[in-house]
Amino acid sequence: MTLATTPTAPPAGAAAPGSRTPRAERAVTATSHTILSIWTVVIVVPLLWTVMSSFKTSREIFASPFALPEQWRWQNYVDAWTTAGIGRYFFNSVVVVAGALVITMLTAAMSAYVLSRFDFPGRSLIRNLILAGLTFPVFLAVVPLFFILQQLGILNTLPGLIVAYSAYAYPFTVFFLLSFFEELPAEIAEAASIDGASEWRTFFQVMLPMARPGMASVAILNVVGLWNQYLLPVVLNSVPANSVLTQGLAAFASQAGYNVNFGALFAAAVMTILPVLVVYVVFQRRLQGSVAAGSLK
Amino acid sequence: MVFLVLPFLGYLALVIYPFLQAAYYSLTSWSGFTATQDFVGLDNYARLLGDDTFLKAVGNSLTLLVVLPLLTLVLSFALACLVTFGGSSTGGVRGLRGSSFYRVVSFFPYIVPAIASGIIFAAVYDPSAGLLNGILTGLGLGTAEDYPWLGDARTAMIATVAVIVWTFVGFYMVLFVAAIKGIPAELFEAARLDGAGRFRTAVSVAAPSMTGALRSAYIYLGIFALDAFVFLSVLNPAGGPQNSTLVITQQIYSTAFRQGRFGLACAMGVLLAVITFVFVGLVFGVGRLLGREKKAEVLR
Repeated sequence: MTLATTPTAPPAGAAAPGSRTPRAERAVTATSHTILSIWTVVIVVPLLWTVMSSFKTSREIFASPFALPEQWRWQNYVDAWTTAGIGRYFFNSVVVVAGALVITMLTAAMSAYVLSRFDFPGRSLIRNLILAGLTFPVFLAVVPLFFILQQLGILNTLPGLIVAYSAYAYPFTVFFLLSFFEELPAEIAEAASIDGASEWRTFFQVMLPMARPGMASVAILNVVGLWNQYLLPVVLNSVPANSVLTQGLAAFASQAGYNVNFGALFAAAVMTILPVLVVYVVFQRRLQGSVAAGSLK
Repeated sequence: MVFLVLPFLGYLALVIYPFLQAAYYSLTSWSGFTATQDFVGLDNYARLLGDDTFLKAVGNSLTLLVVLPLLTLVLSFALACLVTFGGSSTGGVRGLRGSSFYRVVSFFPYIVPAIASGIIFAAVYDPSAGLLNGILTGLGLGTAEDYPWLGDARTAMIATVAVIVWTFVGFYMVLFVAAIKGIPAELFEAARLDGAGRFRTAVSVAAPSMTGALRSAYIYLGIFALDAFVFLSVLNPAGGPQNSTLVITQQIYSTAFRQGRFGLACAMGVLLAVITFVFVGLVFGVGRLLGREKKAEVLR
């Protein structure tokens, strides 16, 4: 590809008068590769350095940023998991993200379906209110939200976090799914109801399966977003035993400066990243695809 | 109908209602623990306008609002162009070999939890044991030794912005690659026939054809820049040297949940919302003035 034909014999209508010599072409390509490689290094090196540091003792970390650990201390991971409570936070995160994901996907899919299929008074108002939820700064809402959860008696609990996560993931999910449901043929839903299917059945057995690609994309985006959520748990939960991973990691990092086991801190960071890395490796095609799809709408 | 009503009511109660409530609280001197909320009118707002620390935070947030989207967009657009037409140009526009590798790697920081990126870069910037100073001294820049990137008011904000840019560039690069690929190939061919080089093609053909994507990206990034709470509070929990990295959201958090002045915090929140709306309105207004393209819906 990079060694293209000489511009003196161009395929009809393809090569322009401004075409460069092959050597200049190669120079441009090489420059592109160089710049992109530099960017790749900028991304990868801090991450690999973190992994390496996660196997060092605090003393080794302060002695030299580059030296490899004398021995690879898996103990850091054990320490982070047990002593620093990362294991417990990890479990909490899994519970909260899973719970919120199920609720969000179900409620948002139902809402998007109704909004896309039926016309009724107030529809555009509802749409706009959901859109508004995307633009408003969440920070404006957190203070009242704190007291609402307090009154409901679910402040500082995992169910409270699940409810809050779902509510704030809802507008994004509805909007993403709306475009998918709008593209589904309405005739099929009509056919289903003529055949005697209830609305309930039409939705769950006919329409929802057809929207599966959209559901999968937005579910992955939500897993990543919910896993990384930080503000809501920090505000809505002050019980360390109920901390989620991001919150626990932050608390671990800020533990009064000196006595932090830095190797274990890096290990904790690695363990926080690992699940999203797995999701990313498995689903990166779909994830990038859904970002791309979003840009073309 | 139940399908919509139940979720929507929940949404109203947990998202929309708190916004309205916050607007009301901002007119009270509520500390959260009294049964009644004393109505104080616009006192909170008046106090904020005379509060130097808060104004400093507003200034920093506005700086972020300008700098962060600009840097991220320019860098990600440039990288997207390199990936899509950095390859050989003889005989039409070609992508670069291995472009999917670059995309996959660049996108990754976007999904790393911000708190983890913050911790990683706090360590990278560490004056004595950090990676950055290690590299710089290794390159012979002795002055970099023990330089506190996050502890010096001159560099704290720049260092912080760099981390956020690191996180977001890949995401927008992927978005822009898709947008560029959506542009009809004839446009590029025509530009080439007219003798336009790659740079000209990128600036004069690609960019104007994707104003919709650019504008949505600008809005997303702007809304994020006005928040940015996670990054700033991990990298410099107390607002940085001389409050150089203090932003509105950090002030809201500490005013509400450390000092218990909920009324005042809500007033800050309302001001933040106002800034957000003005910003979104401006971006749309400018977009409409340019009038280069058909109405695109936001956030889609």
